[in-house]
Amino acid sequence: MLGKLDWSAIPFDQPIPLIAGGVVLVGILAVLTWVVVKGHLPYLWREWITSVDHKRIGVMYVLLASVMLLRGGSDAIMMRIQQAIAYQSQGYLPPEHYNQIFSAHGTIMIFFVAMPFVIGLMNLVVPLQLGVRDVAFPTLNSVGFWLTATGALLVNLSLVIGEFARTGWLAFPPLSELSYSPGVGVDYYAWSLEISGVGTLVTGINLVTTVLKLRTKGMNYLRMPMFCWTTLASNLLIVAAFPILTATLAMLLLDRYLGFHFFTNEAGGNVMMFMNLIWAWGHPEVYILVLPAFGIFSEVVSTFSGKALFGYRSMVLATMAICIISFMVWLHHFFTMGAGPDVNAIFGIASMIIAIPTGVKIYNWLFTMYGGRIRFATPMLWAVGFMVTFTIGGLTGVLVAVPPADFLLHNSLFLVAHFHNVIIGGVLFGAFAGLEYWFPKAFGFRLDERWGKLGFWFTFAGFYVTFVPLYAAGMLGMTRRMQHYDVAEWRPWMIVAAVGMAVLTVGVICQIMQLVVSIRNREALRDRTGDPWDGRSLEWATSSPPPVFNFAFHPDVRGEDAYWHIKIHAQQQSLDHEVPEYHDIEMPRNSPTGFVCAFFATIMGFALIWHIWWMVILGGIGAFATFVVFAWRDHDEYVIPAAEVAAIDRVNLEERRSLVSMAGAL
Amino acid sequence: MAMSATYSEAHADPHHVGRAAEHPGPAPKRIVTAYGFWVFLLSDIVMFSCFFAAYAVLVDQTAGGPKGSEIFDQRNVAIETVCLLLSSFTCGMASIAADVRNRFWFYLSMAVTCVLGLIFLAIEFKEFADLVSRGSGPSRSAFLTAFFSLVGCHGLHVSAGVLWLLTMMAQVFAKGFRADVLRRMMCFALFWHALDIIWVGIFSVVYLLGSGL
Repeated sequence: MLGKLDWSAIPFDQPIPLIAGGVVLVGILAVLTWVVVKGHLPYLWREWITSVDHKRIGVMYVLLASVMLLRGGSDAIMMRIQQAIAYQSQGYLPPEHYNQIFSAHGTIMIFFVAMPFVIGLMNLVVPLQLGVRDVAFPTLNSVGFWLTATGALLVNLSLVIGEFARTGWLAFPPLSELSYSPGVGVDYYAWSLEISGVGTLVTGINLVTTVLKLRTKGMNYLRMPMFCWTTLASNLLIVAAFPILTATLAMLLLDRYLGFHFFTNEAGGNVMMFMNLIWAWGHPEVYILVLPAFGIFSEVVSTFSGKALFGYRSMVLATMAICIISFMVWLHHFFTMGAGPDVNAIFGIASMIIAIPTGVKIYNWLFTMYGGRIRFATPMLWAVGFMVTFTIGGLTGVLVAVPPADFLLHNSLFLVAHFHNVIIGGVLFGAFAGLEYWFPKAFGFRLDERWGKLGFWFTFAGFYVTFVPLYAAGMLGMTRRMQHYDVAEWRPWMIVAAVGMAVLTVGVICQIMQLVVSIRNREALRDRTGDPWDGRSLEWATSSPPPVFNFAFHPDVRGEDAYWHIKIHAQQQSLDHEVPEYHDIEMPRNSPTGFVCAFFATIMGFALIWHIWWMVILGGIGAFATFVVFAWRDHDEYVIPAAEVAAIDRVNLEERRSLVSMAGAL
Repeated sequence: MAMSATYSEAHADPHHVGRAAEHPGPAPKRIVTAYGFWVFLLSDIVMFSCFFAAYAVLVDQTAGGPKGSEIFDQRNVAIETVCLLLSSFTCGMASIAADVRNRFWFYLSMAVTCVLGLIFLAIEFKEFADLVSRGSGPSRSAFLTAFFSLVGCHGLHVSAGVLWLLTMMAQVFAKGFRADVLRRMMCFALFWHALDIIWVGIFSVVYLLGSGL
């Protein structure tokens, strides 16, 4: 009846996950109770859960990423403490548990923090920058988000019910095969990634179509803001790479569930095929994450330098070059496989070549700053911090791209330090820069600068104190994923790294404080103009937060930095008092499809993990029924009458005119 | 309009990139839908190519079990291929019927498409069942694993297609040739034709090459 599920699935003997799970459960119940008692549930359901508005979905993505960042961060803290004290001792974590922690840390940070964070920002901003009303497929967008949330939910469920994979974040066979991992950990891993992977693919298709087919009048390709270009590149990579992940994990699941032989040691299975397949997805994934961050930095650096982006077209070229080359380097993840010097040399050179377009980008950002009127607001701090940190990460990357060097550094902490160097210094710094930069656009008030800057400096310092020691320990020969060790030379570095982790934690607390303080002072921080940073692209041309239809009329774009020119023009003409002609606007209706789909996906995923077959069938039927019901709707759009559009837009226009006249007076 | 009056082109466009055709604005819904579905189909083909790659890697790993030439029945595969190619033709007929709003021809062509799809699936199912009953199931060897997965994945797509086809017929029955129903019909047709293309790949790589080995 319940498959493999019984009371032994609850880890009564392990206090840490049980207490953590208990605290989270109490927290969730408290929040839910508060929501219900206060009567917010109908509002949440109507305005957020069923929303198909790209801005709200974007916000929910970022919220999911932020919550999961705390979960993945706690895993990291536990690992650093363990390695600091586990010198010639077992430390405080049993090996079983430690292995689950590092696997969960990697999985969560990549799939449920970095991915939703950048996807959330792209969702929030790209339609605004393109001057359009929504993404190409709004309801699908909601489905994508809720499927990602399903994946996150399943991973967290494994904390209390059953176990998580102990195989590392990519579940390499044969360790992940049934004979070596008979528990449900790998199943949790694989099903949560299959489900959230579908969500990501849907988003990728959506955003590619949005950028290529939905641009406002006059928004030629070479007038798109840089962030739209990197979004396009990143989502093209999603469309090309995520099906590989889906197929690879499907093969692993077939091995585990039906006794197939894709990656087994017996009957002719080929373990290295898994490596090739998973990294053919995994390497582009790195660029799926970092390209949007590059786009954010381009926007931030240009805005806060008060200059157009230097070398715009070389930036576009570099972005697309990275997009293509990223698919030709996957084998550098296993130079030690034994493919031979020729193959290794080709992939080594291809890997190093990526440094060229990336270097182009770094120089362009520097030249954008050169001669500019630079304002060091919090987003700009993250951008400058990124340039320093990412350059170091890039240099160590070129180092490990040399196959002979890689043979020495393979699987060492040097490698761990390298990829944290680029992922934290690139993706996470970019995500924070984007959060600080676009927060006023999403909510209509700025974030507190003092706490934001404190958060930046603690995170920045904490990052170096944590990860530079890992480079050193790696050079001393310490391998990754060590539960305990007996080498005295490694110990001091592990202690310094743990101290760095503490500093990083202070940075996180500062950022939480920033959010709390800003929400409390939101009236004082209110931005009525919709353009708090003196921005250059179209998202700043509408009010903050933007109305549901984004723009009362489609802006007509005449050049790069569309909004900047509109502003300059308005100043030169000393205000244009013509009233635009308004029309009725058709907007997609809200729909619970995404949420209901995710509900059935959760049931199905859980049932598959525990082999509860009747529940699988039930979930499948439910998911299909949801789609049919959705397809049967008669009215999928509603009309906002022109008069209402005019009324909403008039407020925005007034504020804007006061802004322009103020700027004119300066 | 307040925010869009003209100003010096040279000032706004220093690289003169905008002198080419001006972008006219967002594309109509029909184009957007079809375009998005094409992108999905491309991603689906990427997924199939993984199974093709796995098949290519594992084709010689028979682990003492049967080789391709020992299990492939050319006659069955020929009938399967004819069914699928014909179904693509009838699916095209259904699209035309939908375009000219002819219900009779729409239902008829869709029904024939459905029957051809079901015949295809029945033959494939029988082939699989025979192999399993002879002890040559997917867990016998890595070659058979790859064979069952690649061909089975296509069969799964065809099954989903049949389900979609029936849903489309029901939708036309209930809603008529409404704009959104026609857009879905267009996507369904693209999907069905794409499955044909993938079958041509399977037919060549698995059955034609395989029977020679």
